[in-house]
Amino acid sequence: MAGAKKKSKTTKSGVKQGGKAAVSRETLETYYREMLMIRRFEEKAGQMYGMGLIGGFCHLYIGQEAVVTGLQHALEPGDSVITGYRCHAHMLAAGADPRAVMAELTGRADGVSKGKGGSMHMFTPEGGFYGGHGIVGAQAPLGAGFGFANKYRANDRVSVTYFGDGAANQGQVFEAFNMAALWKLPVIFVIENNHYAMGTSVTRSTAIQELCQRGEAFGIPGQQVDGMDVLAVQAASEKAVAQCRADEGPVLLEMMTYRYRGHSMSDPAKYRTREEVSKVRQERDPIEHVRDMLVAAGHADDDSLREVDKAVKAEVNDAAEFAQNNQAPDAAELFTDIMAEA
Amino acid sequence: MVELTVREALRDAMAEEMRSDADVFLMGEEVAEYQGAYKVSQGLLEEFGARRVIDTPITEAGFAGIGIGAAMAGLKPIVEFMTFNFAMQAIDQIVNSAAKTNYMSGGLVNVPIVFRGPNGAASRVAAQHSQCYAAWYAHVPGLKVVAPFSAADAKGLLKAAIRDPNPVIFLENEILYGQSFDVPDSADHIVPIGSANVVRPGSDVTITTFSIMVGKALEAAEALAGEGIDAEIIDLRSIRPLDTETIITSVEKTNRLITVEEGWPTAGIGAEISATVTERAFDFLDAPVLRVGGSDVPLPYAANLETLALPQAETIADAARKLCR
Repeated sequence: MAGAKKKSKTTKSGVKQGGKAAVSRETLETYYREMLMIRRFEEKAGQMYGMGLIGGFCHLYIGQEAVVTGLQHALEPGDSVITGYRCHAHMLAAGADPRAVMAELTGRADGVSKGKGGSMHMFTPEGGFYGGHGIVGAQAPLGAGFGFANKYRANDRVSVTYFGDGAANQGQVFEAFNMAALWKLPVIFVIENNHYAMGTSVTRSTAIQELCQRGEAFGIPGQQVDGMDVLAVQAASEKAVAQCRADEGPVLLEMMTYRYRGHSMSDPAKYRTREEVSKVRQERDPIEHVRDMLVAAGHADDDSLREVDKAVKAEVNDAAEFAQNNQAPDAAELFTDIMAEA
Repeated sequence: MVELTVREALRDAMAEEMRSDADVFLMGEEVAEYQGAYKVSQGLLEEFGARRVIDTPITEAGFAGIGIGAAMAGLKPIVEFMTFNFAMQAIDQIVNSAAKTNYMSGGLVNVPIVFRGPNGAASRVAAQHSQCYAAWYAHVPGLKVVAPFSAADAKGLLKAAIRDPNPVIFLENEILYGQSFDVPDSADHIVPIGSANVVRPGSDVTITTFSIMVGKALEAAEALAGEGIDAEIIDLRSIRPLDTETIITSVEKTNRLITVEEGWPTAGIGAEISATVTERAFDFLDAPVLRVGGSDVPLPYAANLETLALPQAETIADAARKLCR
């Protein structure tokens, strides 16, 4: 099946797609814990931003937790992940130490980037995560480049390349689509469609709003996925990963998701109603969804979930504590790492 | 020594590095089947195959980004731009993704990549195909920028650039491609990035320059020698890092400085050198530093206007006469 020759198939999957498969208690508990970790981490980051402990731009992932969590579980060591500036959760999902991530947010010496990157520029190559890129859409060709490297080395690793509904309109995204399809690169392009590019809704920015169709002109099969359902995300991701490992070329997943907070901490989000946000929170919250499944299956009750919440909070508080008390980078660090040493 | 054109020297550098390191590959427009828009990659497809010599679509931002991603993943791409004028489509990737990532990641992710292709004016191709980008890229921490004149330097610097763990902007010149020079006949011939070369020693005035203007400056020096002005010509070779020691040592001897570049003088390489020498060797200067550069206009098409707009040997000689009067 040549990616470039095959007629692409764009499909929309409903909420039930992933949910139907039998899922183990352990898996659900893992998802619950990991998503909760992201949420509490981001809430804490938001709080610390409000206290002036975090500067600059700070884009929170609250509401979108199921996307990165479900996708990460479809990956194996050696696969790579790259995204834009909304990257704290991707760092945590890739196994980065929450202390080091939080210390990067506070701009301290033991931050993952030694305090030189900040919220938007974080990397953990050990976990296969390569940033954390601040220019909207620029990570699309970079991610295709990781796919290129896999193909060049003839390993069966895949490159997951995230971007948002806003970046989906950048020209270089299409350039990346074209070459990824032309060369059958093992790239999973993931559009995290949270419906708003900063303050501009998809309906105001995009001629054809079915972003999963964006690859069709290049023969890239696309699928719209319920990004609020971690099981649906995981199932769609498994399938996409299998296609890429089988050398069938790139795949496009449109994750329908929602961010509860503003674009960044400085965004009052006046472009949408409070009702819209609270409706999603009440009806579609990705963490509540897993919590309900755990309770319904008899795997958990309020007490056991409270224990999880407590453990997660403790880990986040520890990270926050560390990040506040860690020292600022040494002045000598200003001039290190400009160039790599041979 | 063997006599090679700059074109052949560049090709040999790539071929040698590709033979010794399986991670090195070449990508760009027309580099494979067409053998290079300027035939620089002649024979590479035949020797290394389509896996390592890759024709791209016309999509500079895209393939620059793919090269950078591949470099982050540990490969060593050589990305050819048909000309650096087209690299403006990709300059965000070069500056934001290639140059800044090592720093932004606290040294976790480096980008070993070479961007190469012809830079500056060729002949009668007018404003959009004739710009010199030396100053643009020299401005950026995280990049190395080189611009060789001779075939020996082209080969030695390109090999150094390919082995460098950082992004290197390798500025070639279309008119120089066909010029022949003696080149050391050795696969170990490397010219370290960051070292200038005094191509003509002299005692009366220092002339710093790079790329095609080295030839013009040497021509000017010949004319000046007949008039009793002994010019020292420094081929900068590297624009970033700049070999300021060699420049200052020369100025301490000659006490006069002329900077020559083909690009626009405003905020240019000459302005940078002038400032550096003023800061570090002011007491050694017997005269103001003079800048010779391209005229401050988009390069015109008409033959006479084009000649007027670009520095010529005579322009350089005139500057020296004025300074040494």
